[in-house]
Amino acid sequence: MTSATAELSHRSPTSTPPRRRNILRKAVPPVAAIVGLVALWWVIVAVFSIPKYIVPSPLDVLGSFQDDYSTLLANLWPTVLEAVFGFLAGNIVAIALAVIFVHWKTAERAFFPVAVFIRTVPIVAIAPILVVILGYGYSPKIIIAALISFFPTLVNMVRGLQAVDKQSLELLRVLSASRREVFFKVRIFASLPYLFSALKIAATSSVIGAIVAEWVGSQQGLGYLIIQATYNFQVPLLWATMIVASIFATLFFAVIGIIEKLVVTWDAKEAA
Amino acid sequence: MTAPATMTEPGTIGLRDVGVSFHTDRGVVTALDGVTASLPASGFTSLLGPSGCGKSTLLRVIADLLDPSTGGVDVLGATPHQRRLGRDIGFVFQDAALLPWRTAVENVRLPLEVGGGVPQGRQANSPEDLLALVGLAGREHAYPHELSGGMRQRVAIARALICQPRVLLMDEPFGALDEITRDRLNVELLRIWQETGTTVVFVTHSIPEAVFLSQQVVVMSAHPGRIREIVDIDLPYPRGSETRDLPQFSALASRLRHLLEQS
Ligand SMILES: Nc1ncnc2c1ncn2[C@@H]1O[C@H](COP(=O)(O)OP(=O)(O)O)[C@@H](O)[C@H]1O
Ligand SMILES: [Mg+2]
Repeated sequence: MTSATAELSHRSPTSTPPRRRNILRKAVPPVAAIVGLVALWWVIVAVFSIPKYIVPSPLDVLGSFQDDYSTLLANLWPTVLEAVFGFLAGNIVAIALAVIFVHWKTAERAFFPVAVFIRTVPIVAIAPILVVILGYGYSPKIIIAALISFFPTLVNMVRGLQAVDKQSLELLRVLSASRREVFFKVRIFASLPYLFSALKIAATSSVIGAIVAEWVGSQQGLGYLIIQATYNFQVPLLWATMIVASIFATLFFAVIGIIEKLVVTWDAKEAA
Repeated sequence: MTAPATMTEPGTIGLRDVGVSFHTDRGVVTALDGVTASLPASGFTSLLGPSGCGKSTLLRVIADLLDPSTGGVDVLGATPHQRRLGRDIGFVFQDAALLPWRTAVENVRLPLEVGGGVPQGRQANSPEDLLALVGLAGREHAYPHELSGGMRQRVAIARALICQPRVLLMDEPFGALDEITRDRLNVELLRIWQETGTTVVFVTHSIPEAVFLSQQVVVMSAHPGRIREIVDIDLPYPRGSETRDLPQFSALASRLRHLLEQS
């Protein structure tokens, strides 16, 4: 039955092109799942008559989106700024460090343990320290978002720069290529799939980093709004803030994914 | 022996008492021991032997990827090192070793972009012409993952030929291909060899492949890697599928098999 309709629409010149139709068809299951979950949420709240100040219904949350639209937006931008700048700073430092590590083993031996140590310190413990030092402005949040982005990228980038098979290196040796040429013609490209899988992780975790840092001390941002809404029993606003944060993180992730598709045009072996 | 090449090079690839040992955690591994041979210029020589007998090692010594522990190598009147720096050596690996982010033509062009490119006074081949030579006209802009295993090897051969090397070293280049593709590429390789007049050293562990391609086959034995015998393959060129039906073909193949079984 489906194949028959597919046949028909394929012949019809006005139909959606096959590629786009494929994307649409792929979008159906997740959209259906989301709609289903929201419906379930609604049914549970209604059946057990859970009060709005404990679990709001989807309608309450929608109402909060309408009423607190400007509050949500005003607090979204600081978080976006912190997450994006933190993401950029953390990843740039990580990439630079990875390049140094790959060329200079001593540096790797000296600083890798330090990087691992930084990794093991809980972000929630670093945040207050940075707030005490740097105050309530953007900088501690950007640093936290950077720190959280930093480690996965460093590890993956080092791995990626070394993910060149032996035969490719021998080929370049036969061609008398310099280290510089090996780096720019081979290592960089070999690292890109690894880099992007780290960047996708960093995109979502930098948002978490910014929000956690805002909890500790700030006068604006989604993290701040979460704390405020909790203390003031504005539970629908709390839920709305959570949803805004997730949508932002998802979009950030998607943007990195789109850039990856544009850059990594070849068939990259799975870079886990 | 028939001399099919359009032009011939003076000299030989001379191997004089070549030995290679690797120092590993489990002691010293002697990969090659006392290898002495003379591979004629513009000739087609195969190295045949069981895996582990040092075929790749010998090829890597000739390509200046590895220094021999003992003995010496002369490549058409120069050291391997001079030959490598002079871009006189083309190398084809078993798994093509194409860079996956480059299209076919970009892969073929790679040697022009690194290590100083073509030496002065030498003309590079055109990448497009080479792809046509290996039968890939029209697929210039395909990525490696869009090509079959046989096509990827063709690209690798084109890449090895771009600087007009005097020596073409091939390490089991068709070992991972199915028999039909392998036979077809063998015929094309002979055609390319005859058109370019380059000196080919071809590693294989397939007896029919060695007989079909070569002017001479160096039969090797393992532990340590030594030359057992050098067998001249006195079959006329050009060779084609009818060559495999010749009685001499089977006779030579069974001779090589006996030599390998002795080791
Ligand atoms: N880098 C290396 N380190 C240690 N042993 C090696 C190395 N390369 C090759 N060998 C050993 O040398 C021998 C010959 O190897 P190789 O030349 O690859 O054989 P073939 O190509 O004929 O299969 C094998 O026993 C192999 O294990
Ligand atoms: Mg080998």
